[in-house]
Amino acid sequence: MNLTIDIIISGLINGSTYALLAIGFSLIFGVARIVNIAHTAFYMLAAYCIYVVTQKMGLNSVWAMLAAIVLVTLLGMITYKFLINPIREHESAVLIATIALAIIFQEILLNVFTGTYLSVPALIDGYFTILGVKVFYQQLLTFCAALLIMGLLWALLGKTRMGLAIRSTAQDREVANLMGINEARVAMMTMGISVGLAALTGAVVVPLTIVEPHMWLSPLIMMMAVVVLGGLGSLKGSFIGAYILGFAEALVVFLAPMGAFLKGSVALTVMILVLLLRPEGLFGVYFEEER
Amino acid sequence: MNKFSKRILFLALAFLFTLSFCTILFAEEIKIGVIGPMKFVQGKGHWNGAVLAAEQINARGGIKVGAERMKIKLIQADSNEFLSITDATNAMERLMTKDKVDFVVGGFRSEAVLPMQDIAMEHHKIFIDCGAAHPELCLRVARDYKTYKYFFRGTPFNSKYLVQAAFIHVGTVAYMMKKYLNIPKIKIAIVAEKALWADPMIPASQGFFPKMGMEVVGVWRPSPVATDVTAELSAIQRSGAHIIFTVFSSSVGIPFARQAGELKIPAIQVGINVEAQKDGFWRATQGKGNYVICSNTYARGVQDNELTAPFVYAYIRKYGEVPTYTADTYAAIMYALKPTIEAAGTLDSDRLVSILENRVYLTPSGTVKYMKDAEGRPLHDLTFGPGFLTGIATQWQNGRLVGVWPYHWKMTPQSPEVTYKGIVPMKLPPWMYKAYKK
Repeated sequence: MNLTIDIIISGLINGSTYALLAIGFSLIFGVARIVNIAHTAFYMLAAYCIYVVTQKMGLNSVWAMLAAIVLVTLLGMITYKFLINPIREHESAVLIATIALAIIFQEILLNVFTGTYLSVPALIDGYFTILGVKVFYQQLLTFCAALLIMGLLWALLGKTRMGLAIRSTAQDREVANLMGINEARVAMMTMGISVGLAALTGAVVVPLTIVEPHMWLSPLIMMMAVVVLGGLGSLKGSFIGAYILGFAEALVVFLAPMGAFLKGSVALTVMILVLLLRPEGLFGVYFEEER
Repeated sequence: MNKFSKRILFLALAFLFTLSFCTILFAEEIKIGVIGPMKFVQGKGHWNGAVLAAEQINARGGIKVGAERMKIKLIQADSNEFLSITDATNAMERLMTKDKVDFVVGGFRSEAVLPMQDIAMEHHKIFIDCGAAHPELCLRVARDYKTYKYFFRGTPFNSKYLVQAAFIHVGTVAYMMKKYLNIPKIKIAIVAEKALWADPMIPASQGFFPKMGMEVVGVWRPSPVATDVTAELSAIQRSGAHIIFTVFSSSVGIPFARQAGELKIPAIQVGINVEAQKDGFWRATQGKGNYVICSNTYARGVQDNELTAPFVYAYIRKYGEVPTYTADTYAAIMYALKPTIEAAGTLDSDRLVSILENRVYLTPSGTVKYMKDAEGRPLHDLTFGPGFLTGIATQWQNGRLVGVWPYHWKMTPQSPEVTYKGIVPMKLPPWMYKAYKK
């Protein structure tokens, strides 16, 4: 019984981080067909931003979080305008450009901060015990943030004019354009929301992790796995896929402690198995070119 | 002064200037390659230790090689070995073929040092390893002396002795727990990162702890770069472990210590945690790494011998932090290479090897004596034990990294008691008293 509780709680916590990252990635892919490999690099930039504001400038964590989200979102939109938009029609070029961008961010941070492992204080310090399992308040915050973001995105996409524009663009860019929707602006706004979500993830997760210039790589692999598992471009798929892989990881740690380092590989194996049965992923979205 | 004299004076000055410039330019130098992951703390330690040694030696006129004095020129090589072993071998190849160094010091990951070793040996250059612990590095010397004789271990001692020292630290903590917390049977969890150097430590630990009267409750192998270990910690807490034996050299040492401290897991961490050796650990764990005990080489105020304090404080004055073990490039240059070159009066590698392997010499961390294997073949590995190298154990106590071992330590019941100057008693976390004290 104790083991089950441990697995459930760990799975929910692991899954929340992946969900936060994967939703943002999935959103921009679903709307603009942009595979933004630099998504987790923006998450890393937010983490460094929080480090600078809290540890170097001595300001409060909440201010640091807000500054990180605003600055990184702006940077994401600038990146879209000057780097991604000009080559947007060439998907492979976008893919390569965003890989290059992520590596540029990594190298800049490596040169400025070196490879020293850094950390930031928790937004809410301490832990609570639930059914005998100790859970950080920060982890609870991550879990709540994942649910809240999902709720807000659902409201944004389903209840607002902007959401309607985003959905229309996601369904058929050309027709949306003919209907008077400024497709380029929608894509840019979506990029802003997507990168903002990466920054928010960085902000809530960074106190639980260490800040270093390669911290974008490991979540990138898991995020891609979640998105592929859930179905490219499907927000619901990303959300559910994230928790499936989160639980897969927790199962490995608790049932095979000697193989705890394999938790990432096992999660990726789960992804492959699902894809063998459903190549489009759990909730795959078909695009007009594929219909 | 007439025009002709002025011209003569000008020519004389120009000649003198050119002569002195050429003397500086073409003066004989000893080139020492310093190889390590330079963008990381380990590489910085390599470089800083070497720079300190070179500055001190050059300030005294350099190294006496036969009749002349030669200054040291350091060549930095970024091995980037955490990320790419190919980068590491390329860096070593560059040192050999482009920079044409006379000696190499450094190296950190065993996985990278093994191929780096092959390159240095191929060029017959002495390579003093200042970071990798795998025994294979020195076993190669015994097995194929002709090829590998140019390799010497500088620091740390091999993983067999690292684990032996760590077992002694665990035994000391277990004794304290029995004494102060009245725990009759100590339960121990083994947590080792998944890395080559840590692999031999798992069976050794599983075999040895029961002989020490402890119960091994489980083995966990997180990734060396894991950032969240709360699941592992939950499982460890459920196992009822009193001691967590850590085997970490990578970044996982930080989140593990931070999260265990924050969750107040009622078990003390003892073992190897390279990140916990650094001054920055307290800040990196946001102060949650309190009471973590780890094997170490240097700490403020701790003196193994008369060379320890001058080195440690010179290092702190120059770099603002306590040296970690990779800074033993200092000892490699100052106490291994310099006296050997001066004794040989040449830079010939073969001649130097024959002198160095037979020397017994003092360094800031203890006395170096190179071992031989059971068949009497040279290993160029470091001797462990009282009177030689023992290392120290340090513990984070309320923001200070203090030396806690050897403290009234006897290697055998007949051995003399060893306590280094500046060592203080270990402390158990208060939450352990709360959890176990009846």
